[in-house]
Amino acid sequence: MAYVAVSGGEEAIEESIRLLEYYQNSAEGEIAVEAITNQLSLLVDRVMGEAGLYSRSYAALALRQCEGSVEEAVFLLRAYRSTLTRNYYTHAVDATNMRVIRRISAAFKDIKGGQLLGPSYDYTHRLIKFNGATQSPQDIRQTLFETLEAEQPEEIASCPRVSDELRSEGLIEQAAPDDQSPHDVTMHMLEFPTTRSARLQTLARADTGFVSGLAYSALRGFGQVHPTVGELRSGYVELYVSYLLDEQESVYLGEVLITEVEGFSPAHNKEQLKISVGYGAVFGRCETKAIAMAVIDNELNQDGPYPTQDEEFVLMHGDSLEMNGFISHLKLPHYVTFQSKLDAVRKTRLEGNKSHE
Amino acid sequence: MSKNYNYAFLDEGSKREIRRATLKAVAIPGYQVPFGSRELPIGRGWGTGGIQLTLSLIGPGDVLKVIDQGSDESVNAVNIKKFVGLCTDIETTTETPEATLIQSRHRIPEIPLKNGQILIFQVPLPEPLRIVEAREEVTKKMHAEKDYAPLWLQLYESLIRYKKVTLASEYPCLVEGRYMMNPSPIPRFDNPKLHKAECLYLFGAGREKKIYAVPPYTDVVSLAFDDVPFEIESFGGKHCRLCGSTDTYLDEVFDQQSGKRFHQCSDTSYCRKLSSQKAQNRE
Repeated sequence: MAYVAVSGGEEAIEESIRLLEYYQNSAEGEIAVEAITNQLSLLVDRVMGEAGLYSRSYAALALRQCEGSVEEAVFLLRAYRSTLTRNYYTHAVDATNMRVIRRISAAFKDIKGGQLLGPSYDYTHRLIKFNGATQSPQDIRQTLFETLEAEQPEEIASCPRVSDELRSEGLIEQAAPDDQSPHDVTMHMLEFPTTRSARLQTLARADTGFVSGLAYSALRGFGQVHPTVGELRSGYVELYVSYLLDEQESVYLGEVLITEVEGFSPAHNKEQLKISVGYGAVFGRCETKAIAMAVIDNELNQDGPYPTQDEEFVLMHGDSLEMNGFISHLKLPHYVTFQSKLDAVRKTRLEGNKSHE
Repeated sequence: MSKNYNYAFLDEGSKREIRRATLKAVAIPGYQVPFGSRELPIGRGWGTGGIQLTLSLIGPGDVLKVIDQGSDESVNAVNIKKFVGLCTDIETTTETPEATLIQSRHRIPEIPLKNGQILIFQVPLPEPLRIVEAREEVTKKMHAEKDYAPLWLQLYESLIRYKKVTLASEYPCLVEGRYMMNPSPIPRFDNPKLHKAECLYLFGAGREKKIYAVPPYTDVVSLAFDDVPFEIESFGGKHCRLCGSTDTYLDEVFDQQSGKRFHQCSDTSYCRKLSSQKAQNRE
């Protein structure tokens, strides 16, 4: 009988999971979690960002458990996060004090604090190394360590923002300080119109492909044209929480690697032109996503007819868990609802035939 | 029960928050209460709203029944039961009258529910006005102003074009004369069971982060014009090939070999019970 999905479901699930285990373990040997955290670190960055959980080792564990699927790894981390109580909110991070590993500006050649190329794929030739690396990873590490040891460490000064300069010139509007507590999107439903904090959190956790595609649409003409990357910086920022017994004191939690982007676009401001700033910040070194986020943030500040300027459209459709969950639910049986649809269609046909007679 | 997780998976604070939202939903029948939906190990869109309600309510002594499109054995129902079993110590059942909590996807059981039972629906799209308006910001205002004219218009237009109301499942209904509600994708066949029921109906939409409720003895009226009454699905005198019922919701089934079309009860537990009763009577 064809109705397999209705009966015998339990046995089918168990066999399916057994087969899955075969797929997950089809090679000899296991990839070490350390290898994933270190050698697939951009993948780990992406998963941490979309999950909204900063833990390199858990992200690596999750990735290893699901054949490297980003959506599944994000899913595992999010579900795990649900079992934890949120005890603290960190103090707002001022990324001006970032321990920078990379910092560039596409707006100005000379910036205060200097440009620092850092690790980047931008200027590599994308040629597959068919014969593997000529040197083993250990050798490369060894050589690099030796070079580093020989160098004299330089003090890294904190870099002022490129936008500070323009702000002091009056080209960027000075926003009034806003000290209201951020809207926590993990604890509350988004309501529209929403706050900027909710908007930025949602974008930071959004699916990388979704954010990039949307930003691309804005660049291609379904939005404002071509913003300039005023500044992109990657590096470590320190996290603090208030000490419970004394609010004046704070406790250092550790540091996280983030990428932050400010994008500039000319915009109308009553009579004059001004520069509007879009902001993006993501976990790890997910640069394209950070830039895309800045583009969309800027778009959302404009009133216009394009999809990227529609807050509800942008914020409601980019969550990895939500979009993949809902799309994949289409695989569930819909016997009852489809029957109902059939009934509605058949009835209209009957009525139609009658009226033609 | 796995010791690595809290009882019923979610932390106690989250469960309390969900119960608080549920109380508000009961107090304002049909109104969609927003809540901070938590992520679960089960796919968003696979019943996480319903599961969160179940997890927040379940405790020792509860008996759980989970059905998917009427069936206790369907893959998703089995999977949800397995998950709840992993983090609680409660009993499960397939018998409708024995359950204290019933989580359901898209059906109301054929046996009428009693006082003391809670039916929890999994809801994909809670907003009944979504078919006429895409924006949450706008639909929220429409509810506040009780502006349901576009929905009536939709109904009228389908009558003009097709001479029939073409809304299939998720047929909107007015709750206690105030809020228009999406009863979740249950067939129209089940809509009348919401009206003045003895049990409590809870609706959970995990992805859309909304909870709503129909408390016992609440008026639930399916949208219809006075001169064009609300119509449920009809099966044209067909009967269930297993138990012979003519008054239940039937699924169409095709025989793999002969390609012949049959009908059988979508509520498998009810169907089995009736079949075995009939077999006994014959003996």
